[in-house]
Amino acid sequence: MAVFQNLQYQKRITFAVMSFLIPLLLWSLVSYVPFLWHPKVEITDPGSVSYLKQGMLLDREIFDRELNSAKEEDKALPRGEPANPIYLPAPHEVATAFYTAFTTEPKRRNEKWLHESLWDSIQVIFWGFFISSLIGVPLGILAGTYSTVSRLTEPFVEFFRYLPAPAFGALAVAILGIHAAPKIAIIFIGTFFQQVLIIANTTRKLDPSLVEAALTLGGKRSRLLFKVVVPGVLPNVYRDLRILLGWAWTYLIVAELIGSSSGITWFITQQARYKNFDNVYAAIMMIGIIGLVTDMLLAWLGKRMFRWQKQSSSA
Amino acid sequence: MTNFNLPSYLEQSDKVRDRFDRLKKRPVILEIQDLGKDFDTPQGKVTALKDINFRVHKREFVCVIGPSGCGKSTLIRTLAGLESASSGQVLLDGKAVSGPGPDRGMVFQGYTLFPWLTVKKNVMFGLEMTGSGKVVAEEEALQWIELIGLSKFVNSYPHQLSGGMKQRVAIARALANQPRILLMDEPFGALDAQTRGKMQAYLMEIWKNIDVTILFITHDLDEAIYLADRILVLKAHPGEVQEVIEVPVPQPRSEDQFLSPEFLATKKRLEELIHPVKEEQTVNSDHLNMVRMVPVDDEVESVF
Repeated sequence: MAVFQNLQYQKRITFAVMSFLIPLLLWSLVSYVPFLWHPKVEITDPGSVSYLKQGMLLDREIFDRELNSAKEEDKALPRGEPANPIYLPAPHEVATAFYTAFTTEPKRRNEKWLHESLWDSIQVIFWGFFISSLIGVPLGILAGTYSTVSRLTEPFVEFFRYLPAPAFGALAVAILGIHAAPKIAIIFIGTFFQQVLIIANTTRKLDPSLVEAALTLGGKRSRLLFKVVVPGVLPNVYRDLRILLGWAWTYLIVAELIGSSSGITWFITQQARYKNFDNVYAAIMMIGIIGLVTDMLLAWLGKRMFRWQKQSSSA
Repeated sequence: MTNFNLPSYLEQSDKVRDRFDRLKKRPVILEIQDLGKDFDTPQGKVTALKDINFRVHKREFVCVIGPSGCGKSTLIRTLAGLESASSGQVLLDGKAVSGPGPDRGMVFQGYTLFPWLTVKKNVMFGLEMTGSGKVVAEEEALQWIELIGLSKFVNSYPHQLSGGMKQRVAIARALANQPRILLMDEPFGALDAQTRGKMQAYLMEIWKNIDVTILFITHDLDEAIYLADRILVLKAHPGEVQEVIEVPVPQPRSEDQFLSPEFLATKKRLEELIHPVKEEQTVNSDHLNMVRMVPVDDEVESVF
């Protein structure tokens, strides 16, 4: 457990796998070991109790009371097995849901399949983030490079970033309608202002001696910006974007509730309404998986794009 | 060193004196006139440089040396145009300069190679900035890289090079612009002793063969004597010229001269200027306030 020491490759993989296995193990324990938690009883045989039905979930206390009163009155005993609440499905149920959620036809004809909902979500994220970056990255770099631009933009941006993006929901719907546009706007508002500040700060961290070296080599004005500042900060800006993309996902759920509910959020609320909590968990995990895979993909791409960087093991 | 019977550092052989006479007749490349630099700090105004006057002649090698805090770096940064002078001016070929420019090349202690560019592209950088076409720039860059012996590494990135190699690339990058004067700010300060020795030899070789005037900052006395025609000694608080020493060690230099009487005499003089023996040497500055912390009956009773 040496401080700040890098692990060997094999150990790193092992620990990474374990970081997933440990929570899974806890979840399995709670789900499969009957005497751990299981505050409910699933009725297998209602016996003489009139209001019980097979498959019903009952608080253990109430079940015990019914069992005792049946015993006292010498009637047929109800039978049941310990169970967890419906909102905690077992791992295998969620695993199955990963498949069945995609294959189950929507209940109504105008509703979307899961893959269509997911695709909607991905598009909303993409456009929100893309439009934000299209303006935010250049503006951030300019603000980081020129103090006039910084003074002209950053105080307002600093103020605006404290305005919670969801607060603009109603406004966005009023202006942009109820479909994808207001959702993209929410993601834009949630991302853009942070982005400008973060990228401006990243730009300011560029080693000033590189700019000085360029000056003594005859570098001037815009060439200094495009030949030194931009290439110099690009890998760090790219890393910032990866982090910001993660934040954009957190705005997605709020954004999708605005106007007509859509995308993965619509699926999740819909399934929760039907009490298909296995589907709910599966959908939430899908978001995590999409996020993680995208980030890994981007990290890999970054390594390829910025080969000139000293490869650190944590990248 | 005082035990040796050394000649005065002012004594010059006829050959050396003749060389200095000729050197001083060469055209002046860089002239520093009454240069002063003040910094505004929260503690008030600090004078880093005061009334510096100096002339550097064509193809001369000048070293600047001084105690820490004497404004060596401020001086060279002002000459490069990275800092503006508070008073006085700097003339390059008789014309006052303002701001940085490719006519004054600079080599920094921290290499400052562009990490995203290959060795070749780094050397091409200045050429492209000053308006050379890509083809011409590439051709010239390759020649400079060959000159510093790094042809095998043209397509390597800086992080793949050793410190010495990086600094060679930085020198090539500065020279590619064919500056009137090459300013070097403790360029070998971060290198180990062995690499530093090699780099000094490389630099001498380059200086001999290329039309370049060098102003070199160092805090290493041996380095200054070994490299310089003249040494500009600064003193601290405020940074003023203390003495300009004409190094009496004959040119061309070699490592054998490190123990020659002229070399040692110069070194002695520099030692006196930079680390003057104070009258009242008290305990506080150079010695730690220590008591014996080894048990009396320790196996090693004393290190002496």
